[in-house]
Amino acid sequence: MALFDVSGFNSDLRARILPSTQVPVLDRANNYNFGSKFQEFAVPPGVDPSGFLESCSSDGGVRIEMDHGTTTLAFKFRHGVIVAVDSRASSGRYISSTYYDKVIEINPYLLGTMSGSAADCMYWERLLAKECRLYRLRNNQRISVAAASKLLCNMMLGYRGMGLSVGSMICGWDKEGPGLYYVDENGTRLSGRMFSTGSGNSYAYGVMDSGYREDLTVEEAYDLGCRAIAHATHRDAYSGGVVNMYHMQKDGWIKVCKQDVSELLHRYRKEKLRV
Amino acid sequence: NMLSAQHFGDPGKMKDYHYTGPVEHKFSPYAYNGGTVLAVAGDDFAIVASDTRLSEGYSIHSRDSPKCYKLTDTTVLGCSGFHGDCLTLTKIIEARLKMYKHSNNKTMTSGAIAAMLSTILYSRRFFPYYVYNIIGGLDEEGKGAVYSFDPVGSYQRDTYKAGGSASAMLQPLLDNQIGFKNMEGVEHVPLTKDKAIQLVKDVFISAAERDVYTGDALRVCVITKEGINEQTIPLRKD
Repeated sequence: MALFDVSGFNSDLRARILPSTQVPVLDRANNYNFGSKFQEFAVPPGVDPSGFLESCSSDGGVRIEMDHGTTTLAFKFRHGVIVAVDSRASSGRYISSTYYDKVIEINPYLLGTMSGSAADCMYWERLLAKECRLYRLRNNQRISVAAASKLLCNMMLGYRGMGLSVGSMICGWDKEGPGLYYVDENGTRLSGRMFSTGSGNSYAYGVMDSGYREDLTVEEAYDLGCRAIAHATHRDAYSGGVVNMYHMQKDGWIKVCKQDVSELLHRYRKEKLRV
Repeated sequence: NMLSAQHFGDPGKMKDYHYTGPVEHKFSPYAYNGGTVLAVAGDDFAIVASDTRLSEGYSIHSRDSPKCYKLTDTTVLGCSGFHGDCLTLTKIIEARLKMYKHSNNKTMTSGAIAAMLSTILYSRRFFPYYVYNIIGGLDEEGKGAVYSFDPVGSYQRDTYKAGGSASAMLQPLLDNQIGFKNMEGVEHVPLTKDKAIQLVKDVFISAAERDVYTGDALRVCVITKEGINEQTIPLRKD
């Protein structure tokens, strides 16, 4: 397209990276062929999409805010994987939701967490859930955590540089045992024992690192997860609400608790005074 | 270093600056037309309400432009933000509803409409619809449901939500009156339909007092299993 060349889009490179089944971006999305296999995205004509929204909001123009912000964490231990997230969604300075669900239950043995842009995480993880289901139907066995995280990572690489914001952890239990991968919008994919993402991640790391042992009991692990999120919400303005905690076990995940952070912090303070 | 003679040509005299390269004119396809939308879900009803003022900058384009759009017998969509995108979005949704009806021989449920709207909004992730949507309706079990969206499709089911220009004023008030937040020793009575309608009216009257883009009239759509009942109540016109 002539417009693509003039605007300096490196469409050549994109065609080489994108798998052949993926349709590149157009200037208008087709809404009416909803049986199609390829998702199409509309882009503003002639401008770089990643900077477009910022340029709209400068000089007294409109401000389009998307939901953001978080603290999420996950760690592996002897009895599985603990996943804990906060529940605040903020758009700009306004808290648009206090009880936002940041864990996607992909299937009974796979979980995905969301941090960064809410819409991006929700959309791509829903798409990942669809791909995992198709894998199960086509291959008659469950997808591995490594493969699921790789699928998400490749989706991110297809749109690299266009301004997506996704910081996600894929947790599950497969034939290799408990699995935990961190995937982000640059295509980073890391396997590890402990991760924390979002604006409050540094606070959560501090609490998690000081209390973590591989041989934690289940109760101690639940307590550590709650404490890390609660303390992170205390210091990070963009995290808050409730702690949603899941425990990934051999035969699937269970939802452990949904506790208000103010009550948790109040309880911790009382414990400190008693000692 | 050889210094260019141009810089030392005429000291004290302003040099004319001729820029000859390409110039970027900002592409600004959005406008902000104001308006506030509110939705509340009860045990067997849902309410979607919006003001009817259409503004731009310091002007009012219309005093009779409601932002509630009836989608099915059990679902109403409220959208505020950029009116052009609201119109296009509702046109696309109505077409998709008809297509679904023809393919599947049944009407879309509120939850299905919400999931569909999320993907429609996300298809414009890089060139968003500047619209704040709230869907109110009844779910398959007949209970009230409210779904709130951000401009690019992130959504969740709520009990109550305010969106649009006065949303930051109304949401805390709803948190207190419907969610019983920041109140101690209060009995959590479930919300009845009549109390909810009165609350919505009171809340919009407050919004019209303090938000310039909200006012003129209030359109309330009450959704029950009997159908959708619409009322219009006047608000401040200043």
